Amino acid sequence: MKIGILAVQGAFIEHQKKLESLGAQCVEIRQKSDLERVSDGLVLPGGESTVQGKLLRELDMLGDLRSRIEGGLPVLATCAGLILLAKEISNDDHVYLGTLPVTVERNAYGRQLGSFRTVREMEYVGQVPMVFIRAPYIKTVGKDVEVLAEVDGRIVAVRYGKQYAMSFHPELNEDSKIHEMFLKECRREQQIF
Amino acid sequence: MAAERYDLNKQLAQMLKGGVIMDVTTPEQAKIAEGAGACAVMALERIPADIRAAGGVSRMSDPKMIKGIQEAVSIPVMAKCRIGHFVEAQILEAIEIDYIDESEVLSPADDVYHIDKRRFKVPFVCGAKDLGEALRRISEGASMIRTKGEPGTGDVVQAVRHMRRMNSEIGKVVSMRSDELFEEAKDMRVPYDLIEYVHVNGRLPVVNFAAGGVATPADAAMMMQLGAEGVFVGSGIFRSGDPEKRAAAIVKAVTNYQDSKVLAEISEDLGEAMVGINEQEIELLMAERGK
Repeated sequence: MKIGILAVQGAFIEHQKKLESLGAQCVEIRQKSDLERVSDGLVLPGGESTVQGKLLRELDMLGDLRSRIEGGLPVLATCAGLILLAKEISNDDHVYLGTLPVTVERNAYGRQLGSFRTVREMEYVGQVPMVFIRAPYIKTVGKDVEVLAEVDGRIVAVRYGKQYAMSFHPELNEDSKIHEMFLKECRREQQIF
Repeated sequence: MAAERYDLNKQLAQMLKGGVIMDVTTPEQAKIAEGAGACAVMALERIPADIRAAGGVSRMSDPKMIKGIQEAVSIPVMAKCRIGHFVEAQILEAIEIDYIDESEVLSPADDVYHIDKRRFKVPFVCGAKDLGEALRRISEGASMIRTKGEPGTGDVVQAVRHMRRMNSEIGKVVSMRSDELFEEAKDMRVPYDLIEYVHVNGRLPVVNFAAGGVATPADAAMMMQLGAEGVFVGSGIFRSGDPEKRAAAIVKAVTNYQDSKVLAEISEDLGEAMVGINEQEIELLMAERGK
């Protein structure tokens, strides 16, 4: 199993450690040519979405990533990754990959003083710890988007086909349930081919 | 500060990894930095090169100026307070700054004590020349470390020296027998549990950036190859011929720091780099402030 982790900026090593501890092989994606080595799944990590988005555009990776995702490559997107996937950002004119029909709000909880953590129920995985760092949340979802978790009435995790996106950071604690769920999705994909 | 808040503050630094934090003095510069791919900006009245040239006492920036920058960009905004000046830090916390840099670039307000950073909710980044300094700052509550380097010089030699020294000291602690760690903690004047953390994990317990004298994409990539997890660039950008282009190139250099072909490409046509001052020509060593 080979999972690609977008490694242009942000907390990608945390995802890598977690996936490797679950037995997956990881490939760091820093430029277009790295994408060819990705076969089973893709992780879009946390970081600064403006930086990641700009680098994706300048390194000419947006088109290839988009077509791989639309072609059914399973994706796990966290925080900045969710913003990269979103079809619309309510307080920003940019759209990056635009493969996930949701509207997100950036820095929706304010500055660093608004960062927090909590434990909540999430569809398919049960109770999970959730770390929110200058996090976005999802304001509206399009057709066929399944809401997986809410915190205080705000949508914080969704699924759309094989795209799993959340506004918090499952890579920043000891709990592995979300990564296990994602690898299961990637494995399902493997059996079909 | 509650343990939970400290974790969240260390985690914000994790999100900045692989990124470039740029010094800016106006909302316009902040927008240029954000557009060029900065992962955060440091709001200050004068860049270190100008502080150096102007001399005199250098203090925290006007909160109004910092607020202007907070409104101009969506990325995290940091600001500097003087070493030991806990009231400047309180003011920065009141305007909800994302990170405070207790910085040797400004004139120290206290020649003995650093700020007790554990009393604050907002995170702190501090400079360090070696492992002992880094761990002392962490025990005071810093949730991110950077090399001191020598700010405002455009000369990377001291950032290199500080990063190498920190790495070799970490290597030494890793290779020690566990019964030697107690004496090492005493020698370094740091708490035992932090030395033990370094011994077990082979790294600092917080994110470690390079700072002080980075002026080119090659400088930035070199610091990354030496083990920095990201880079601060101060005077190097807005003191150069084409700030926007240089800033964007440094951002790309930090992402692809191991790819010499990419580095060659982005190093082309950047215009004039900041002139800089050599180590031997400096009268004021800011890195000697606050140990």
